[in-house]
Amino acid sequence: MTAAAFAFYAFALTTLVGGLFTVLSRNPVHSVLWLILAFLSSAGLFVMLGAEFVAMLLMIVYVGAVAVLFLFVVMMLDIDFAELKAEMAKYMPLALLIGIIILMQLFMAFGVWNFSDGAAERVAAPQGDVQNAVALGQLVYDKYLMLFQLAGLILLVAMIGAIVLTMRHRSDIKRQSPIAQMMRDPAKAMELKDVKPGQGL
Amino acid sequence: MEDLLREYLPIVIFLGLSIAIGAILILAAVIVAVRNPDPEKVSAYECGFNAFDDARMKFDVRFYLVSILFIIFDLEVAFLFPWAVAFKDVSMVGFWSMMVFLAVLTIGFAYEWKKGALEWQ
Repeated sequence: MTAAAFAFYAFALTTLVGGLFTVLSRNPVHSVLWLILAFLSSAGLFVMLGAEFVAMLLMIVYVGAVAVLFLFVVMMLDIDFAELKAEMAKYMPLALLIGIIILMQLFMAFGVWNFSDGAAERVAAPQGDVQNAVALGQLVYDKYLMLFQLAGLILLVAMIGAIVLTMRHRSDIKRQSPIAQMMRDPAKAMELKDVKPGQGL
Repeated sequence: MEDLLREYLPIVIFLGLSIAIGAILILAAVIVAVRNPDPEKVSAYECGFNAFDDARMKFDVRFYLVSILFIIFDLEVAFLFPWAVAFKDVSMVGFWSMMVFLAVLTIGFAYEWKKGALEWQ
C-alpha cells in the first residue's frame, strides 16, 4: 500500500467513525466533538484531492466557527436526558419512515446514475503549477468583483441583523465609561469638610 | 500525488506527534495513576455541600451574539486568504475591491462597537 492510499484510508475511516459517533453518542456535546473530528479528517481528504482551499475553509469556517456555534446551541439547549429518550420513542416511527424514504431515494438516484463521457478527466483537479488558493485569488477579486462585494454586504447585513435581533440595552445597570473615568479630576472628586465636634453636617 | 503528499509531510508529522502525545497522556493516566475510587471521592464536590442543581443550564443568548459576530469575521478571513496568497498576481482592481470589502466590514465593526455589542452588559 502506498503512502497516499494509506493516508486516504486513514482519513476516510476517521471521517466515517466521526460521523457514526456523531449520530450514536448519547451526550450531544460529545456528538459535536465527533463532528469536529469528521470535519478535520474530511479536510485531510480534500487536501488529498488537491482542493487545498476547500480544506482550509473546512478548518477555518466549519471547525473554527460552525462547530463552536453548534457547541453553543447544544449548551444553550436545556437537555434532560430522560425526557430526550421518551421523545425519541415517540418520534421513532416517523424517523424510521423518513429514513426509509431517504434510503429509497438514494437507491433510485444510484440506480439511474451514470457518468457522462469524459467525466473522469473533468473530475480530476487541474494539475498545473498554479495552486488552488492562488487560482481563486486571481479570479474572485477581479473577474467576480460584483459577487465579492455583494458577499461583503451580506456579511454586513448579517452583522447588523444579529445585533438588532439580540441586543437589548439594559438601562438599570452601571456601565464602564473609560474616557469619563480617566478624565475625572481628583481635586473635584472629593470634598473635605471640617466637622466641629458635637455637631453634625 | 506523491509530490503533494511530500509537501504535506511536515503537517502529517505534526498531526502524528499531536495524536501520539494526546494518546500517551491519556494512557499514562490510565496505567500509572493510583486509583482507589470511593463514593465520597468521586461525588461532585461543591464547597462541602451537595450540588444544588444540574450543571446543565440555559446559557445567556448573548453568547450567541458573540459567536455570530465571530463567524462573520471568520468568513472575512476566509475571503482574505486567497487574496493574500495571490497577492503578487492580484490586479489593482482586485486590490481596491478588497479594500472596499474591508471598509464595508469596518463600518459594521464600528457599528457594533458603537452599539455596545462587544460589551458584556
